[in-house]
Amino acid sequence: MVTMSSEKAARRKLEPNRANISASQPLPQIAAHSSDESPNHLVYKKMEQIIERMQDENTGVPVRTVKSFMTKIPSVFIGADLISWMLKNLDVQDQAEALHLAHLMAIHGYLFPIDDHMLTVKNDNTFYRFQTPYFWPSNCWKPDNTEYAVYLCKRTMQNKTRLELADYEAENLASLQKILSRKWEFIFMQAEAQSKVDKKRDKLERKVLDSQERAFWDVHRPMPGCVDTTEVDKRKECRMTRTQSKSGKESTTPIVHVPATINVQNSKTIQEAKKEVIGLKLKLDRRNIKLSKVAETYINYFEQYIEYDPFFTSTEFPNPWLSDTTELWDQEKLAKEITIRRVKRWAFSLQELLADPVGRDHLTKFLEKEFSGENLKFWEAVQELKALPQKDVEGKVNEIWAEFLAPDAKCPINVDSQSYELTKKNMLTPDRWTYDTAAAHVYHLMKSDSYPRYLRSEMYKDFLSGSKKKTSVKGIHSIVSFSRRKDASTS
Amino acid sequence: MAQETSSKFDTIESLTKEADALKLRLEEERQKLNDVTIATVADRLDVINFLTIKVKRHLKGHQAKVLCSDWSPDKRHIVSSSQDGKMIIWDAFTTNKEHAVTMPTTWVMACAYAPSGNLVACGGLDNKVTVYSLNTDDDVSTKKKTVGTHTSFMSCCTFPNSDQQILTGSGDSTCALWDVESGQLLQSFHGHSKDVMSLDLAPSETGNTFVSGSCDKMVLMWDMRTGNCVQAFEGHESDVNSVKFHPSGDAVATGSDDSTCRLFDLRADKEVAVYTKQSIMFAANAVDFSVSGRLLFAGYNDFTVNVWDSLKCVRVSLLYGHENRVSCLQVSPDGTAFSTGSWDYSLKIWA
Repeated sequence: MVTMSSEKAARRKLEPNRANISASQPLPQIAAHSSDESPNHLVYKKMEQIIERMQDENTGVPVRTVKSFMTKIPSVFIGADLISWMLKNLDVQDQAEALHLAHLMAIHGYLFPIDDHMLTVKNDNTFYRFQTPYFWPSNCWKPDNTEYAVYLCKRTMQNKTRLELADYEAENLASLQKILSRKWEFIFMQAEAQSKVDKKRDKLERKVLDSQERAFWDVHRPMPGCVDTTEVDKRKECRMTRTQSKSGKESTTPIVHVPATINVQNSKTIQEAKKEVIGLKLKLDRRNIKLSKVAETYINYFEQYIEYDPFFTSTEFPNPWLSDTTELWDQEKLAKEITIRRVKRWAFSLQELLADPVGRDHLTKFLEKEFSGENLKFWEAVQELKALPQKDVEGKVNEIWAEFLAPDAKCPINVDSQSYELTKKNMLTPDRWTYDTAAAHVYHLMKSDSYPRYLRSEMYKDFLSGSKKKTSVKGIHSIVSFSRRKDASTS
Repeated sequence: MAQETSSKFDTIESLTKEADALKLRLEEERQKLNDVTIATVADRLDVINFLTIKVKRHLKGHQAKVLCSDWSPDKRHIVSSSQDGKMIIWDAFTTNKEHAVTMPTTWVMACAYAPSGNLVACGGLDNKVTVYSLNTDDDVSTKKKTVGTHTSFMSCCTFPNSDQQILTGSGDSTCALWDVESGQLLQSFHGHSKDVMSLDLAPSETGNTFVSGSCDKMVLMWDMRTGNCVQAFEGHESDVNSVKFHPSGDAVATGSDDSTCRLFDLRADKEVAVYTKQSIMFAANAVDFSVSGRLLFAGYNDFTVNVWDSLKCVRVSLLYGHENRVSCLQVSPDGTAFSTGSWDYSLKIWA
């Protein structure tokens, strides 16, 4: 009951003041205008839903007026009640999460300890109070320094110990007095007027109001070391100010960029409609796979790589971050001992084999022995080409042509006629993608021919058993089957 | 335009009708593919209840909000950038600062290590991407080069498998591929209708595609060769802040202001999982996978890191440590740890 009446009173009290201030000094109304878009407001909305449930008269957190010695403490609840309510009514996993969530609601200004500038929640008998909706961050303008100065000034006029300024507040007041010296008289008068109104109020009502106002400023001018939750991500702020300045002009020159999939009926041009239809048709033509199949591939991938995931299987040499030794990295650099785990990985896919420098080396040797190294060489040259600075691209394109594809090539490769013709055409406008189709073709050949032969070869098997001998068995849990993952990403 | 309107088949009405019909059919087709949920199939897997992830290193030295960080390919160094315009190169293992560079701008929103480990790129509110060479004993800030300029802030950048190119995303709702040496714009990518927040390169051997997430709630897949958008994913209800490929390259995980993380599969052409909990109310800013793709780490505005079982679609761990928003998160190149950066001015290494 007390909260209800004080709430109304707060409105009555503050709104005229605000009007006064904004009349003399226009307040920046940015937050109020584009509020719905702002990411902070998404959070506010969700928090307010919870606060509403917390404040339910029957099922909410028990709020009461506590008698202590000669005085009464109106409309408070204790931290322990709040936390147990949260554990019962929200899907938090444990007390730690409930406390964290309560802390977040406190620093956002929805509830506050009745006599502490530090907005947090403890799971004990400390008293807390709900903030009146008028002071919720979602309803709030971003208060300016003048308002803050009026508030601090007012506090100095009320001769009460509970209203005494904290050290940091006194410092803030002093510096504000310097900055705003020109209109200090006005600020002082405002403060005096507010203080007078306050004094006429009921005692208990005043207690509640004072604390709510203080909590408001603890959110907007937090104590040093506390988080300012009203800050906005600069990236989002940039966008909001941009859309604002745009929306002013929009009536005359509508700027509409709508991606094909988003349907905005009114502002669609024929071209956009066409684009949408084409996009949808493409989506329909696509051959998609079933969710059951998708799930299986994730599981297969996980089962294949579980041995290589340090969060699941301990590394062969101690994890540097856990053991404070760099052995793992040092061993890898030395490349003296190639562990069996590493060699086994080469059998997962051609991509894995090529990603490991030692593996790639080994494959190159194998291919040289078979006199079929040209495909890999070509593929590597194409990868190099893609990584070159723009000015060297044309030269490299010609070089690759001369080496691998020209009639008198030193190291001729076999590509299908279609890829060859396309590449020839690409040569007219050489760029880093000229050989992409040919390289894809060659990669496919390697994957379906040389790579399986390599895996079956004595060379690979020797290497595998060689590394097996060198590695101690520690750290290897179970020998995972050699079932090769279907290389979906490359097919 | 005039010709098009005169054609009797192509009025706005007929096209809209056709589009609506197509949408219905698309929805039908999709329902057919929705035979099970990922979580049901993953039911047979063991529950993950053994994680003991703790803070292993605490990198202190920034004087303002940390906005972005990137691991060096050497698996132990980290570059980080902050709101006050500083970029710091850390040896995360020893927690030593090896270089500190002051940028001529505040809010350095993006930074990235080159594959060689000898270059870093960064930028932000200055709309530019600047490259610094680390291969020198002199002051790093003397060896810099501006590579590209957007018409709004640069929100993200990465080197696509080469020190010679940089891929950037910007508040001007485009992505761009730049030649480092000449500063030439090699390709620009138009398709998003709002600010691009994040991008990630496909882990395939060719590396020709990348994904981007934007404030238009969309996740788009791009072909770097043509500049065309090749696939689009919708589902998020607010800004997409982070995109990251599943290590298999078959799917993309996202984090959004709608406080969910999601998984979009390239082969199913749709959203296949949502990672959410009623008690999570804040935006997810950064996501990354463990090596096997099973764990999805996500940094949130509520100061925490949630660890999701990407297959069972449940949270397996909630990590506290930072005292303000977690702005960036990345698993180290060998998967032995992950880093987080926060508005509390610090970075942490978790393992």
